[in-house]
Amino acid sequence: MIDVKGLTKAFGDNLVLKGIDEHIYPGEKVVVIGPSGGGKSTFLRCLNLLETPTSGTITFKGTDITDPKSDINKHRQKMGMVFQHFNLFPHMTILRNMTLAPMKLLHKSKSEAEAKAMQLLERVGLADRAGSYPSQLSGGQKQRVAIVRALCMEPEVMLFDEPTSALDPEMVGEVLDVMKSLANDGMTMVVVTHEMGFAKEVGDRILFMDGGVIAERNTPEAFFDHPQTERAQNFLAKVLM
Amino acid sequence: MDLSGLYESISAIPAAELSGWQSFFVKFYRAWFMNGRWTQYFEGLLATIEVTAAALAIGVALGVIVAVVRTAYAQRRPGTHNPLLAVVDFIFKIYVTVIRGTPMMVQLLIMGFVVFSSSRNFTLVGALTLGINSGAYVSEIIRGGLMSLDPGQAEAGRSLGLSYIQTMWHIVIPQAFKTILPSLGNEFIVLLKDTSLISVIGGKEVVYFAQAIVARTYEAMFPYIITAVMYLIMVMGFSYLQSILERRLRASDRR
Repeated sequence: MIDVKGLTKAFGDNLVLKGIDEHIYPGEKVVVIGPSGGGKSTFLRCLNLLETPTSGTITFKGTDITDPKSDINKHRQKMGMVFQHFNLFPHMTILRNMTLAPMKLLHKSKSEAEAKAMQLLERVGLADRAGSYPSQLSGGQKQRVAIVRALCMEPEVMLFDEPTSALDPEMVGEVLDVMKSLANDGMTMVVVTHEMGFAKEVGDRILFMDGGVIAERNTPEAFFDHPQTERAQNFLAKVLM
Repeated sequence: MDLSGLYESISAIPAAELSGWQSFFVKFYRAWFMNGRWTQYFEGLLATIEVTAAALAIGVALGVIVAVVRTAYAQRRPGTHNPLLAVVDFIFKIYVTVIRGTPMMVQLLIMGFVVFSSSRNFTLVGALTLGINSGAYVSEIIRGGLMSLDPGQAEAGRSLGLSYIQTMWHIVIPQAFKTILPSLGNEFIVLLKDTSLISVIGGKEVVYFAQAIVARTYEAMFPYIITAVMYLIMVMGFSYLQSILERRLRASDRR
């Protein structure tokens, strides 16, 4: 579904991604883990071109989206993204946050878009907050809204950039539950996270990134029980204490 | 009490014998009531408001265009090259540099006596010059507001598939507007007061008429103090409106 070839990304002289080749298949749940500064977030943000790759190609459903002539806005509609800091629009109600893009881009009527949004809010248990503003919600609630806001566009793949890293510990569970139920529905997901439990339980494949390359790729069982590389062993020793 | 009658009787007294309040009254009468002079102040006031409104419209329109183009250029997608955008950005950069680097008064003199030296409509030339001047400052204020917003907001909009323009219009500008409102209000107050400068090229606003009355009566105090009070009242009224608007816009933060 997403094919990455020879992807590199430099910020000035700092080479953050040093050549990534990866393929993400439909329905797959890929979890990207690794130490900070290893290029995980940059890799994810390159997938929907929030960062422009320095070289290499990204092919989404057969179209090279790194080609400047391709209409990236069209492709982004099919790639939902959830950010570490939620990035809800503070000047709009929850409902408006969710209906803005479907009304502008999918040309849905207001009632149609709102019906869909309410159905999704119902699913994450926040239907009663539809008229609230983001500032009135807790972190966990904001992140659940951010997830369903992306789902309103009916994406084919969901990208998660450390969705629980900015949350208080007691709110992590509610967000992971939403992501698990999404995974059970068969959504294609690429998740950058530090939640090893989630990686083990939900992931089909683990990508271990360190130093701008994918240092190890494996199934969760194999990766967590018998990490192949020394870097992965060191990393796991630190995080699984 | 009949003011003109009172004035007649007091002004008949020789100047050396006038008491303090009597000479005070005579001066004020000459500066305000005599020959219906007060209507001139209001004529000037009306012109001041008209010039401010026209300059404001020009300034905001120019400021928004310049700010949006310069922000778009600064945030362009790397690897894409738009020569038109680059040229326009360069021209706007020169515009802002020149306007901010030269005094308002000098700009007025150049526009009034060099560029539009054949025009007799000094007030209009003054309004145009003020608008062009204000546009440079407004563009910098707006640009600062657009650039200061958390980049995550624009990223969230773009990640949903919204275009650059749609993201700007629905997400960035409404939030930036709230943060720049105080500085924008400040700029408008400066603009309102700067209209007094157009009298140097013959623009007919309050100061122009006050100067004419001073020339007629040889008495400077009252015409200028009246002018100052008029500006003060206008600015206070504007500040009040601004505070109402700011309170309204903050509504979504406090809930």
